[in-house]
Amino acid sequence: MITEIGYFALVLALAVAVVQATVPLIGVERGMPSWAAVARPAAVTQLGLTAIAFGALIYAFVVSDFSVLNVVQNSHTAKPMLYKVAGAWGNHEGSLVMWVLILALFGAGVAVFGSNLPSGLRTRVLAVQGMIGVGFLFFTVFLSNPFERVVPAPLDGTGLNPLLQDPGLAFHPPFLYLGYVGFSIAFSFAVAALIEGRVDPAWARWVRPWTLAAWAFLTIGVGLGSWWAYYELGWGGWWFWDPVENASFMPWLAGTALLHSAIVVEKRDGLKTWTIFLAILTFSLSLLGTFIVRSGVLNSVHTFASDPARGIFILGFLVLVVGGSLTLFAVRAPSLRAGSLFAPISREGGLVLNNLLLMSALATVFLGTMYPLFLDALTGEKVTVGPPFFNVTFVPLMTPLFAVMAFGPMLAWKRADLMGAVTRLKFALALTAFAVLVTLIFSRGPVLAVLGVALGVWLLVGSLVELADRLRLFRCAASDSWRRARNLPRAAYGTTLAHAGVAVVILGITGSLAWETESLQVLRPGDTVDVAGFEFRFEGARDVLGPNYAAVRGTFRVTRDGEEIAVMEPESRTFTTPPMTTTEAAIRPTTLGDLYIAVGESDGSGGYATRIYHKPVIQWIWAGALIMVAGAFVSLSDRRHRVGAPARKKTAAAQAAAAPSPQGT
Amino acid sequence: MKPKRRRLIFVLAGLATLGVAVALVLSAFQDNLVFFNSPTDVFEKDIPADRRFRLGGLVEEDSVRREGDGLTTVFRVTDLNRTVVVRYTGLLPDLFREGQGVVTEGQLAADGVFVASQVLAKHDETYIPREVADALKRSGQWRGAEGAE
Repeated sequence: MITEIGYFALVLALAVAVVQATVPLIGVERGMPSWAAVARPAAVTQLGLTAIAFGALIYAFVVSDFSVLNVVQNSHTAKPMLYKVAGAWGNHEGSLVMWVLILALFGAGVAVFGSNLPSGLRTRVLAVQGMIGVGFLFFTVFLSNPFERVVPAPLDGTGLNPLLQDPGLAFHPPFLYLGYVGFSIAFSFAVAALIEGRVDPAWARWVRPWTLAAWAFLTIGVGLGSWWAYYELGWGGWWFWDPVENASFMPWLAGTALLHSAIVVEKRDGLKTWTIFLAILTFSLSLLGTFIVRSGVLNSVHTFASDPARGIFILGFLVLVVGGSLTLFAVRAPSLRAGSLFAPISREGGLVLNNLLLMSALATVFLGTMYPLFLDALTGEKVTVGPPFFNVTFVPLMTPLFAVMAFGPMLAWKRADLMGAVTRLKFALALTAFAVLVTLIFSRGPVLAVLGVALGVWLLVGSLVELADRLRLFRCAASDSWRRARNLPRAAYGTTLAHAGVAVVILGITGSLAWETESLQVLRPGDTVDVAGFEFRFEGARDVLGPNYAAVRGTFRVTRDGEEIAVMEPESRTFTTPPMTTTEAAIRPTTLGDLYIAVGESDGSGGYATRIYHKPVIQWIWAGALIMVAGAFVSLSDRRHRVGAPARKKTAAAQAAAAPSPQGT
Repeated sequence: MKPKRRRLIFVLAGLATLGVAVALVLSAFQDNLVFFNSPTDVFEKDIPADRRFRLGGLVEEDSVRREGDGLTTVFRVTDLNRTVVVRYTGLLPDLFREGQGVVTEGQLAADGVFVASQVLAKHDETYIPREVADALKRSGQWRGAEGAE
């Protein structure tokens, strides 16, 4: 019964989406306010209906209703509750329901908090959201129904892929989708602006917080995914340049570019056409990411049974969205009034350079990801583009970006003094030189390691110096600095945090790659092995039982200079439904890095193949990502961005008009 | 600076970045494309000795043998038409089984043994890597029942 209600709610949501996509648009074009007014209640109704559908799906998973095919295929009675719930979105059909729910959530957000938007723009934005909703709901209702029944109902399900039964991965899709779908708002705003033929700073002030929130969620999603790969796959790696990872990384790169170019629209009324283009591109890549991962085009743990009808629909939908919006862009973009001028050396110039480099890097990732698909489709030849390709294309393009990133926030709008910025950064330069020297003395590390350390330290110190500079720290009375600190817009702190976060990520990547120690051996109970100054003693292995698996658990005592540091217990788990073995690495963070043990199979005579790593500063990678996310949220809390602060909008606009660059100097 | 000149600078900067990106991609494609070959391909195609590639097929029944160090495994990969001997040192993936699909990456040694640096078999038991399924289809040995793609 509840299952039928869920399905019915989806069908109703589709009907409402059709109304939302058409009626308000006609109303606003023809000047019929009562038709245009349909947009807001429609958006809210859609949220209600998709929430009912999603709730019904969760319910079916929680009570293990095996008359529902999707539950049979992805759940099992013995599964822990968390993974029963997460199983609802751990599969193709269920994840699409979550997609439409989040889409409706964002749409309703615009409807509810958008009172201060010009009503024409708001109506058009909601109509475009409705169109996206029609596409996805049509797909869900007709081609990927999560509520399909199965007769007769089996006694138990086949279970969820054990690799996906993990807290990190339970929350990975929701965050990823919050990011992907969040960019739909930027897209809708862009298309609405193209229909209206007008882009102004007020438009950018609206787009920016949504983009920033989407970007923050996507960062969390990508970070969780890589963290999961690190501790769950048992290979000790955290990023494999796998097409699935790239699919989520490409919208992230485009979104990062969008975030920065929207600043120019907001503050300087420039780069408008480009920003519109980026908004379209970012959402198109999000769609591509959703589909190539879930459609079975790619070969990986994420893909499930593929169905040609779905593939054709997906391709058609992509062509429609990308082609349609780009056609509209081609027709309307030339009519957008060109923005203000600026010199190459200026804040705007820096942001343009940021965009250029991000886009080039994105292009290389896109080529590397899609080339095998194209080649396979055209010639039948099968190739893989692996990490070496990305290391020699992506890294050289990102390096100059990191190098100039410290300068960016120091440059004034319109026309800036580069030498002045260099002078202000001399402290950062000195510290970078010192860090390089220390690295060379202590490790004689590879050239790339020295470069990585230099970039990381430079960016970290540069970002902090920029903040200190604004507060006039140590150059005036402490009370004066404190006053400045309180008056400084939160967005400025956000920038500093986000940039510092990137620096921490760079340092983490560099340190963990350059100074990693790996040791591979067969150990018998009582054996010891030395890795990076730690002594690992293998105490033995025993069988243990989990809720839905049996495991072999090894016990290792780790000592350093005779002092016990940790007892680590890696496992090799064998699941029965579906029959599958997973490696559960034991990870122990220490002050300077992670100890990582993965245990393989027994050699039949009491010995176990084990892999032990010492990975210096690897946690910095995810710590850095968290700092970036924190930066985004601090920036979001800035009053000037706050969504739905209607009373203050006028004053904010007035301030912006009076002092075009409140963050500028 | 005149607006036209400014625009020229931006266009040139854009083209330069794009040029660098294209050059990087092209040179990287030259060295870093890893082709997939079935055991039959290994015998029929002329693969240069130092070329890295992926070899995929089924792990032949009763062919897995462990060497004295406990870490090196030697096994045969077959498309049920030809077989290639593979040597790999390291932890085998959890789903490595005789009779199951496998994809290995590495290069051919002078003695005809494929020295793998990576063994991939990260799927559940009903799954056969798509390349392997296609290779089996080409060798005329695909029975379909073994795995849903």
